[in-house]
Amino acid sequence: MEIPYTVKPRPDTGLYNAKLGIWLFLASEVMLFGGLFSSYILLRVGADLWPHGMLNIPIGTFNTFVLIASSVTVVMSWASLKLGKLDAFKKYMALTILCALGFLSVKSFEYHAKFTHYDVWFKDAATAEKYFKAAYGEEKGVEAARKLFVERFHLHNTKATYDANQVQIGGHIEGDPLCATLKKLLAAKKETIQFTPDAPFGTHDHPKPIEVKLSDVIRLSSYVPSHSTYFAIYFTITALHGLHVLGGAIVLTYFLLTADKWWKKNPEQLANRVEVGGLFWHFVDLVWIFLFPVLYLL
Amino acid sequence: MSLKAFHVLFITASVALSFWFGWYELDRYTSTKAAADMWLGIGSCLTGAVLIAYGIYFLKKLKNISYL
Repeated sequence: MEIPYTVKPRPDTGLYNAKLGIWLFLASEVMLFGGLFSSYILLRVGADLWPHGMLNIPIGTFNTFVLIASSVTVVMSWASLKLGKLDAFKKYMALTILCALGFLSVKSFEYHAKFTHYDVWFKDAATAEKYFKAAYGEEKGVEAARKLFVERFHLHNTKATYDANQVQIGGHIEGDPLCATLKKLLAAKKETIQFTPDAPFGTHDHPKPIEVKLSDVIRLSSYVPSHSTYFAIYFTITALHGLHVLGGAIVLTYFLLTADKWWKKNPEQLANRVEVGGLFWHFVDLVWIFLFPVLYLL
Repeated sequence: MSLKAFHVLFITASVALSFWFGWYELDRYTSTKAAADMWLGIGSCLTGAVLIAYGIYFLKKLKNISYL
């Protein structure tokens, strides 16, 4: 049986069926991401402390550039079909898929960096001060703790006053274990860890590693969803977005691999399929255009 | 809405983001004096300008295709 209105518009809607279908689907996607954005806003305005500067801006910028470029190439691939140029379509579509893979590779690199970066909370302010002094020097230790805390939390939040009891030291554990927790380290019969603290605010010079007694630690967490509300919502939204990128890349790859067959059978239908795929791809990219400033900059 | 119309909307949003991010980074540069902030700011503003030129080229190239 022939599926009706795959090429010609339906008289009542003025659109071919797939285009109406994708817009209905995108409307549901707007509600999905809209709900998550709303959650982000409500969690953020309701939080006493909300971190800032936890993500790498140049990497995020690069990924934004990659997605904008992929939107240009996907629309060029569609335009090439409209102009009857199958080879140009293949070239642009391959570039789009490469951009999608590039985005996902950079994102996985970014995730890995988060999963191996740790915050350590100490049992009290005096213990925290001892380790900050060991890391940043006897004289500069307390000032470094204050600065790191204020730079992480003070922006856009007048409630975020310095509290020595809430101070955490950030850095890397020797061997860069993935998603380690205090419970796991204690279960492995570890009593101490070698910890390389982050560079003081505004510099790139990491202090020498310090030895941290696990008996002084009250909590230890890598930057995983359970670290904080910030990372929970960050991973929820970006992972969902990443899945959309992956899904889009799979569909676009299918179009590329079956293009010859469809071109011979019905070139207009191929162009319409690519248009529908391109609309989804643009939606995914538009979500990122909002995500990038919200998560990385504001 | 066709892919052409959605693309115009997307490029408009990208231009707005590019110039805003350029301003954000250059404003940051005034306090941090970090070269990375300056280059990101300049690069972003240039990207915004390139995207405007591309948008005009795109509209000319696809002038015979419907917005629906």
